[in-house]
Amino acid sequence: MIVPALGHLSAALPEIFLALSALVLLVLGAFLGDKATRPVATLSLIALVVAFVLVLLGPDSTTVGFSGLFITGRFAVFLNALILIGSAISLIIALDYFRLQGTERFEFPILVLLATTGMMMMVTANDLIALFISLELQSLALYVMAAFERDSIRATEAGLKYFVLGALASGLLLYGCSLIYGFSGTTNFGHLAAVVSGGPVSIGLLLGIVFLVAGLAFKISAVPFHMWAPDVYEGAPTPVTAFFSASPKIAAFALFIRVMMGPFGHVAIEWRQIIILISLASMFLGAFAAINQRNIKRMMAYSSIGHMGYALIGLAAGSVEGVRGVLIYLAIYLPMTLGAFTVILLMRRKTGPTENIDDLAGLSQQHPLVALVMAIFMFSLAGVPPLAGFFGKFYVFMAAIDAHLYTLAILGVLSSVVGAYYYLRIVKVMYFDAASEPLAGPITRKMAAVLLCTGVFTLFFFANPAPLLNSAHAAALALLH
Amino acid sequence: MVVWPLLSTLIVLPLIGAAAIFVLHGEEAAVAKSARYAALWTTLITFAVSLLLWINFNPQNPGFQFVENHPWIGETNFTYHLGVDGISMLFVLLTTFLTPICILASWESIQSRVKEYMITFLVMESTMIGVFCSLDLLLFYLFFEAGLIPMFVIIGVWGGPRRIYATFKFFLYTLLGSVLMLLGILALYFATGTTDIAVLLHTHINPALQTWLWLAFFASFAVKVPMWPVHTWLPDAHVEAPTAGSVILAGILLKFGAYGFLRFSIPMFPNATATFTPLIFTLSVIAIIYTSLVALMQEDMKKLIAYSSVAHMGFITIGLFTLTLQGIDGGLLQMISHGIVSGALFLCVGVVYDRMHSREIARYGGLVHRMPKYAFVFMVFTFATIGLPATSGFVGEFLTLVGAFQVNTLVATLATTGIILGAAYSLWLYRRVIFGALTKADLMNILDLSPREVAIFAPLVVVTLWIGIDPQPFFNVFHASVMQLIHQHQLALASSPRSIMLAAK
Repeated sequence: MIVPALGHLSAALPEIFLALSALVLLVLGAFLGDKATRPVATLSLIALVVAFVLVLLGPDSTTVGFSGLFITGRFAVFLNALILIGSAISLIIALDYFRLQGTERFEFPILVLLATTGMMMMVTANDLIALFISLELQSLALYVMAAFERDSIRATEAGLKYFVLGALASGLLLYGCSLIYGFSGTTNFGHLAAVVSGGPVSIGLLLGIVFLVAGLAFKISAVPFHMWAPDVYEGAPTPVTAFFSASPKIAAFALFIRVMMGPFGHVAIEWRQIIILISLASMFLGAFAAINQRNIKRMMAYSSIGHMGYALIGLAAGSVEGVRGVLIYLAIYLPMTLGAFTVILLMRRKTGPTENIDDLAGLSQQHPLVALVMAIFMFSLAGVPPLAGFFGKFYVFMAAIDAHLYTLAILGVLSSVVGAYYYLRIVKVMYFDAASEPLAGPITRKMAAVLLCTGVFTLFFFANPAPLLNSAHAAALALLH
Repeated sequence: MVVWPLLSTLIVLPLIGAAAIFVLHGEEAAVAKSARYAALWTTLITFAVSLLLWINFNPQNPGFQFVENHPWIGETNFTYHLGVDGISMLFVLLTTFLTPICILASWESIQSRVKEYMITFLVMESTMIGVFCSLDLLLFYLFFEAGLIPMFVIIGVWGGPRRIYATFKFFLYTLLGSVLMLLGILALYFATGTTDIAVLLHTHINPALQTWLWLAFFASFAVKVPMWPVHTWLPDAHVEAPTAGSVILAGILLKFGAYGFLRFSIPMFPNATATFTPLIFTLSVIAIIYTSLVALMQEDMKKLIAYSSVAHMGFITIGLFTLTLQGIDGGLLQMISHGIVSGALFLCVGVVYDRMHSREIARYGGLVHRMPKYAFVFMVFTFATIGLPATSGFVGEFLTLVGAFQVNTLVATLATTGIILGAAYSLWLYRRVIFGALTKADLMNILDLSPREVAIFAPLVVVTLWIGIDPQPFFNVFHASVMQLIHQHQLALASSPRSIMLAAK
């Protein structure tokens, strides 16, 4: 029968399309050389858009394909759409940045495509093997991207550090997978769920889960596996940092939710404490460590650690509301962080890009609109209503209260007050301090468009939050039932 | 019949003005001028529209009026629900009344970034009106917190030398209290399945849960009132804020806290309120006596008035928590009166600050010789803040104390000493600034109130005396709602398990 075989393929159509486009563009780039840089970039962007359309047109119902290796459905559609939006926006701002820097290369968009393919596979993984392969496909592309500015010592160091620590995390994850396989006899999530719900869970399996959690916590840069984040964020070229802060985090989180709520959902009571602890540690470290940062990229690294902590609250709740909360959180976090990084990309002196927070001084007078948008992002990241970031926090705390995790919720909101301090500091520098030397970066049309879209989304989300809430709710239901 | 959505109009009007100012561009001086006029006209029109509220308000109806209810966040029951009753209606008016005065007061003293200043002020007005109109807890929280952003900017950009410290302290203190209230709102939502205030006012909540919810809401409102010992952000914020910022802070923002107590804590958590009333009384009495003593020793005029605000708010919280008709009526009237009088006193400080750029009391003296009009205006508000009969301060304070004497004579007695202390620091301030010999050389040429300043103070003086001489129109507005609130509170206490047990014994 041809139809069922095609059925498998059609469910994976966006991934297959992206992978093929990446390969074709790679060949194109290899043959045409430097001439291909611009066309490859444009075609990559088009490929992402086409993949986005394919994702939206894909099957709504939950479909298992490739002998149970991959699973699609509303959950995957929601997250894949987010990942593609994140990758596309990152690519747009990255291309402009590299053009200004004069360091354009045709490999960059192809790496984005490959990483995105890996991420989409992570979201749809339904087997420990698929999980590992997709995670590695994504990670390898990211390692190269971190060291993309070959002539910069800092970038090379960041790439190496990321690679070594990432390999360690992959090792932990793989070790966890093998323990799980050894004690359950299966790698398939569906079968695992049956084994886990069948009776008391063996210590070996639990140990496997712990290792798995450690590996995944590394990928989302949750405390205590966060050490790489500030250094890699600071060292990598800024557009790469922007990319790191958005799509890969979402993909890793999707995988995290899928693994914990799917096969191990029945033993939530066993792993919930770990998630609560990781969540609390991330929120507090993110809040306190960011206070003293002078470098805005490092600050954003700690900020993202903190935000992952808030999103983990939803996972700790372990309910439909919790998963919905995480999905809403991620969907709102994406435009905020990409918008903020776009502003960071605009920070330039005559001598080149600058990353010092104090260099933002007086931005409100030189570029009032850019400063306004940045202030919106900062208040939103701090979670001040009525901006979008508030709703992200609101729904995870709602899930926490619903799950009776009162202590976690109280400590969480308290840490958000601490965190508000450093976001306000950016506003203070832009609005209250006098400028020393004006920033001289040109604002390209594309960057302005990105700022406009993300800014409008963040500012006016409150007016009509229903579409996002409803699709997140449907996605969460699809995962859990 | 489609009823015109009056409250939404009031919320949106300032935003339209802000948007209009936002798109202004051109030469800086011209933009500043048009921004000033645009802001003034917007706020005046908003005030005129808000008068329609009072005209069409039915004082016999204790429930919510001008109600608008639209679905907002679909499946989770949060609605865009607006409405005012007797308790909230006058605060909407107070907001729309004070804002044009603030714009006028900033006419000349704000010279840098006028456009941005006017935008933030208009956004501020919109969020303040929203707070008093919201009938959904989430919507209320949204407005309540959104107001922090413009205030943060107003103090931070146009404030005094220590503005950054002050504005951070203001923002973080308030946020700290509010996030706990947010968790309370969520817990309330899960306990009752709704965030609709009109429904929650008639919903019985388990007394054990009430205690926690009361504390969560208290965290937010106590900071906002502010109650001792979380009042320390207030003097800093007041001293550093520009004059108009101080007026809004004292006139409206402080009322959020007391309004919150009366709107949420007292009717929704009656048992917890009964439990915690001694706490409120203790903190309020300490606030009244302690901050009055602190106010006596201040050398900065604004700081003195800021501390006196804390003391006056102490009277208000006592009045509200007596849960007697006189106490609540008095507390509400005192809130209106304090909004006008303390705002006016900050404006009085602003007048001399604009001329001499100093708020130090010792820098002044003998101003009556050069500024008779100013001396008169300052005198009216000083008397009003002391609570002299025929001024608005008297009616509120008197009724508050009448209420307090019915419930707890000790609290009433201690609070009354606050009035004496209040007279001491206010009159002493007045004496040192206005009377005495005019000895300072640079004061010899100080100018009296300009026509613009007269226009600012005239409505304030009129309202202060109006409330003092004939407060009945104001009582009429909130009487029905207050009666209903007290009635329901007594019903709730009577039907609670503990009192049933007591009755059984």
